[in-house]
Amino acid sequence: MRHLWMRSAALLLLVLAGLTAGCTPANTAQRIKITIHYSHFHPSALTVPRGVPITFVLVNEDPIDHEWLIGDAAFHERHRQGTEARHDGRPNEVSLPPLASSETTLTFTTPGQLLYICHFPGHEAYGMVGTLTVT
Amino acid sequence: MRRLAAPLAALAFTLAITAPTLACGGLIGPNGAVNLLRTTTLAGYHDGVEHYVTAFEFAGGGGAFGSIIPLPGIPSSVVRGGDWTLQRLVRETNPPSPFAFEAAGADLARAVVLQQVRIDALDITILKGGGAEIGVWAKEHGFSLPPDAPEVLDFYANRSPIFMAASFDADAAAARGQAVGDGTPVHLTIPTKNPWVPLRILALGKSAGESVQADVYLLTDDHPALLPAPGSKLAEGGLRLAHSDAASAELLTDLRSDKGMEWIPESAWLTKVEIDAAAGDLRFDLAIDATGAGKPSMRDAGFAPFGPLPAPSSWDPLWVKLLAASFAIPLGGAWLLASVARNGSGGRPLAG
Repeated sequence: MRHLWMRSAALLLLVLAGLTAGCTPANTAQRIKITIHYSHFHPSALTVPRGVPITFVLVNEDPIDHEWLIGDAAFHERHRQGTEARHDGRPNEVSLPPLASSETTLTFTTPGQLLYICHFPGHEAYGMVGTLTVT
Repeated sequence: MRRLAAPLAALAFTLAITAPTLACGGLIGPNGAVNLLRTTTLAGYHDGVEHYVTAFEFAGGGGAFGSIIPLPGIPSSVVRGGDWTLQRLVRETNPPSPFAFEAAGADLARAVVLQQVRIDALDITILKGGGAEIGVWAKEHGFSLPPDAPEVLDFYANRSPIFMAASFDADAAAARGQAVGDGTPVHLTIPTKNPWVPLRILALGKSAGESVQADVYLLTDDHPALLPAPGSKLAEGGLRLAHSDAASAELLTDLRSDKGMEWIPESAWLTKVEIDAAAGDLRFDLAIDATGAGKPSMRDAGFAPFGPLPAPSSWDPLWVKLLAASFAIPLGGAWLLASVARNGSGGRPLAG
C-alpha cells in the first residue's frame, strides 16, 4: 500500500513537471525587465536563448535622460563617437527620457556576448554597462 | 540645447551663535563634465539664521552656465552680496592674499519654484522638491546633469528639499561689461536650526579619482564642533583645519562694513576648513554644532540614515502584542504564584 502511494505521488510530480515545461517552451517569447536606477542597469548581466523573441521592458527611474543600446564591440565603438541625441526606429537602440519606460523586442540568432550601454557623456564610465549572453 | 558648464567658486558663510554653514555648488559642463576651480565658501550662523555668501565668476565665452546648491532651509532673502567679504576672509587666513576666488555655478532643478531673483547676469531660483523633481526641472530648463546626479540629488533632498539653482548668462555678463574673472556675490539669509555645509555636491560629475578642492569659512558665535572632524578617519583625509581662532575685532569690523553684512556680531569664532579630497571619497557633508554642546549631527553630515521612516506594516502591532503576551502571561502567572507562595509562607495577607 505504501509503495502504491509513493508511485502515485511520483507519477503526479512527473505530470506536473511536464505541464510546467509545456507552459514555457524554450522557443517561446520572453519578457525581461531592465530597470535604470542611479545610472546603473539592473540587472547588469543577462542570459537569453538564441532564436527566441525577447521583449525588453526598459524602465528609467532616474530624472535624467538615458539610452539602452545593445550590440557588439564595433557597434558600441561607433556610438561612442556618435552624435545622435535620440534613437528611434531601431529596436536595439532605445532612448529613455526621464522617468519613462519603453519596450523593444529582439531575437538573437548567434550565440555570443553583447553589451548594453548608455552612451550619454560619462554614463558608460560611471557604470552604465550590462552584458547579455546568448546561448 | 542650452548646457550648463562653468567653473565657479562659491563662498558661503555661516556665522552665528551656534554654527556656521555654507555650501558650494556643483558645476555642470556642457558635456556633463564638471570643471570646478578651487571653491571658496563662507557660511555665517548667528541667532538661528544662516548667512550664505557665494560668488559666481564670469569665466568668459558665451551661453549659459549653472549649478545646483543644496540648502538647509528656505531663504528669507536672496540679494546681491557684499563686494569684498569673501576676499577679506581669504586675506585673513592667507596673508599674501591672492584675490582670485572662484564662483560656484548652480543648476536649475525642477520642482516648486519658491523664489526667483535676478542679480546682474545671474538668474537664481530657489526650488523645493525631491531629487527626481529637481532633476526633471533641471532638464526642462536646459541643464545637463551628470550620471551621478540622481543619487546625489536624492542624498540632499531626503534631508532638505530646498535647492538653489543659479544660471549664469555669459552673454548678458559680456553685455554688462563684466570682465573674465569678475564675480557676482550672492547673499542668502536662511533661518534654520541645522546649519550644515554641503560638500558632496562638489564632487558632482567628477570621476572617483578626480580631485575636489575647496575652502570653507565658518563664522560662528562659539568654537564649533565639526563632523567629520578635519583630519579624522571619517573625513578620509580630505579635510584639513587650516584656521581656528577667535575672529579679530578688526576682521569683524571690516566684514560688518560691507554691504548687507550688518548682522556680523561683536564677537565670533572664525574657522577655515580646506577640502582636498578625491571625488570618490567625498560622500559626506560638514555638520556643525556651534552651540557648545559638541554634538554635530550624523544626519546633517550624511552619515546617518535620513528621510521618513517606513511606516510599520499593519500586522506589526498585533505581532508585537502577541509577542508581549507570550512573555507577559507566564511572567504574570509566575509573579502571582510567587505572591501566593509568599503569602502562604507568612507574608502580608492578600486581603483583610
